[in-house]
Amino acid sequence: MTTKILSSQQTKTEVNGISFSAVFTIFTGFIMLTALYLALIWAPDAVNLLTPTERYAQRIFYFHVPAAWVGFLAFLASALFSVIYLIKRQQKWDAMALSSVEVGLAFFTMVMLSGPIWAKPTWNVWWTWDPRLTISTICWLLYIGYIMLRGAIDNPEREARFAAVFAIVSSFSIPLNWLAIRWWRTIHPAIVAAGSNDGSEGGFGMSPDIRNTLIFCVVAFTIFYINLMYHRVKLELMKRRVELLKQDILYQ
Amino acid sequence: MSQNLRRYIRKIFAIVGKDVATEIRTKEMVSAMFVFSLLIIFIFNFTFDLRAGNVQTLAPGVLWVAITFAGMLGLSRSFVLEHDKGVLEGLLLAPVDRSTIYFGKMIGNIIFISMVAIVVLPVFMIVFNQPFTHVPRLGGIIVLGVIGLSGVGTLFSAMAVHTRAREVLLPIMLFPVIIPLILAAIRLTAAVLDGMLFADMSHWLTILVAFDVIFIAISYMLFEYVVEE
Repeated sequence: MTTKILSSQQTKTEVNGISFSAVFTIFTGFIMLTALYLALIWAPDAVNLLTPTERYAQRIFYFHVPAAWVGFLAFLASALFSVIYLIKRQQKWDAMALSSVEVGLAFFTMVMLSGPIWAKPTWNVWWTWDPRLTISTICWLLYIGYIMLRGAIDNPEREARFAAVFAIVSSFSIPLNWLAIRWWRTIHPAIVAAGSNDGSEGGFGMSPDIRNTLIFCVVAFTIFYINLMYHRVKLELMKRRVELLKQDILYQ
Repeated sequence: MSQNLRRYIRKIFAIVGKDVATEIRTKEMVSAMFVFSLLIIFIFNFTFDLRAGNVQTLAPGVLWVAITFAGMLGLSRSFVLEHDKGVLEGLLLAPVDRSTIYFGKMIGNIIFISMVAIVVLPVFMIVFNQPFTHVPRLGGIIVLGVIGLSGVGTLFSAMAVHTRAREVLLPIMLFPVIIPLILAAIRLTAAVLDGMLFADMSHWLTILVAFDVIFIAISYMLFEYVVEE
């Protein structure tokens, strides 16, 4: 009998969801391809970068900055979902918090990988202890801590509760971390001078086309994030339902 | 109102008293933390080859790594008895507010870690050849730092004890969160050792105090979600 419930619910969501899901996904793919075209071909070279390597590497900017934006957005979103979960205690909010962290972690890993590739030709080092780099690393480590915490708890209800608590606490630590690291670096002006070569402001001339491409990429990445969230949350809820049904069958 | 407050504080200190009595009888946590922090100081001495020339820049970091690592050791044990011997169930059954348990455990942790730090401090001053006139101000900074460390550490310790990996998970959760605290404490320690004017460093003191207040408030609000069963 339970298997019948499983299969009927499965087909129901498929039939209802397929049109919206497919349209949304294809739309996101189209937007991302456009972003790729704009970033790699349409956007002009940054004028004051001299060597070709520097100019090619600068194009990482169009995906590096939006990915970092999505990373922070995902973190903020997961903290919000966690607060709602602790108040309402509904599975879906926990699934959303978890999904947001997982998607955010993917984007942040992209930031952490693309950053050094861009930094090497521009700053001639893979890594500097610039505030932005440091705070991104801390966020990345907090994300990983969140995933590890979830992995180490057996009871699903407790897992959701503890994860929510951790997400809320760590979201409060981000602004304080940011402030402290900023102040830590202003005491060493030499390193700040190297750090201000960062592309997001003042590093190279931002012509209107460069700026427009960046804005488009930020919007594209945000849509991409929402789309990934949509699929990941659906998958997570389905996984939990299968888990419940499996228990039903086993212990009947 | 003040009657209620007095009763509340008495309940908190009943829990603190329980922890202190356990510690006085076993001497498990404080002695291990003390020896561990001394070992850290000596290991740093070998790894950095500390000499008169570089000791001023490295000493604050050595002191704070010793304190935070030893604190981590103590915090990871903080809820083990509660969990293994069923003390937590007893505390939860007692007719007290959940926040009482949090504050009781937190104050216990502050006492233990501060005790270790205050004993380690003179040793640190001697082996790194620092003037003893700095001790009162460094002691103040240490207490402020330990309050923040225990404030959020107690919450995470109550969580970590329910996980499979226990001691392993606590530092992974705690260190990224307390980075502002460590940074501020190290800056203030360096300022004291360099004899800088305190007014120049007051913004670090603000961060330290803000960290303590914010994280104790958050942990106080979230603790009941951690211990509910």
